[in-house]
Amino acid sequence: MAIKVKFFASLREQLPEGINQVDADGIETISDVWERATSTQLMPSHVLCSVNLEHREPHESVSDGDEVAFFPPVTGG
Amino acid sequence: MSVQLEADSFDPAVEIARFEATLPAGSFGATASFVGTMRHHNEGDTVTAMTLEHYPEMTEKQLQGVIDEAKSRWDIIDALIVHRVGDILPGNPIVLTAVCSAHRAAAFDACRFLMEALKSRATFWKKETLASGETRWVEKNTPG
Repeated sequence: MAIKVKFFASLREQLPEGINQVDADGIETISDVWERATSTQLMPSHVLCSVNLEHREPHESVSDGDEVAFFPPVTGG
Repeated sequence: MSVQLEADSFDPAVEIARFEATLPAGSFGATASFVGTMRHHNEGDTVTAMTLEHYPEMTEKQLQGVIDEAKSRWDIIDALIVHRVGDILPGNPIVLTAVCSAHRAAAFDACRFLMEALKSRATFWKKETLASGETRWVEKNTPG
């Protein structure tokens, strides 16, 4: 019962190393994953997120076995 | 249809020629391309180097999705996206988008779409090294 978690770019540098999954028990949304993974209450508004490689909004639901990623605005190209 | 993520510098002209060679000769009448190149300045500072981080699986999936959408919206024959990752120096190409179609309008429009969609969807992040040695993440893309 776990959800895989990834952080990229500035978020990866700012957060402690080694956060790569959270217990799925009691987790309903992407925001819940953020709170459990980072031990903070609010997901900053500039943070973007994905579930299983697709862009998603923080209020959207997640399931056991999903891969959730958090990252700042993309700057490719 | 092709997405290429390159860890080393690439030559856009070579990649365009290779892309065109995958299509039957005479099957297209137009090739439109865009090349994005690293500048040596940004936000008023001199930039000496840059590192491009990405989320490999998602980047590839998003770029393939962008090409699929272009093919559904315009009458094009094929499209190519080449994007650098890793360490980059000023003057190096960062990105190439290319589209082949029967006529120029679809090639131009789809090529512009590839770039704009890539800029907003593909999971790349730029970290600049300034002349002072300081590093900083680029916070947002330029409007265009």
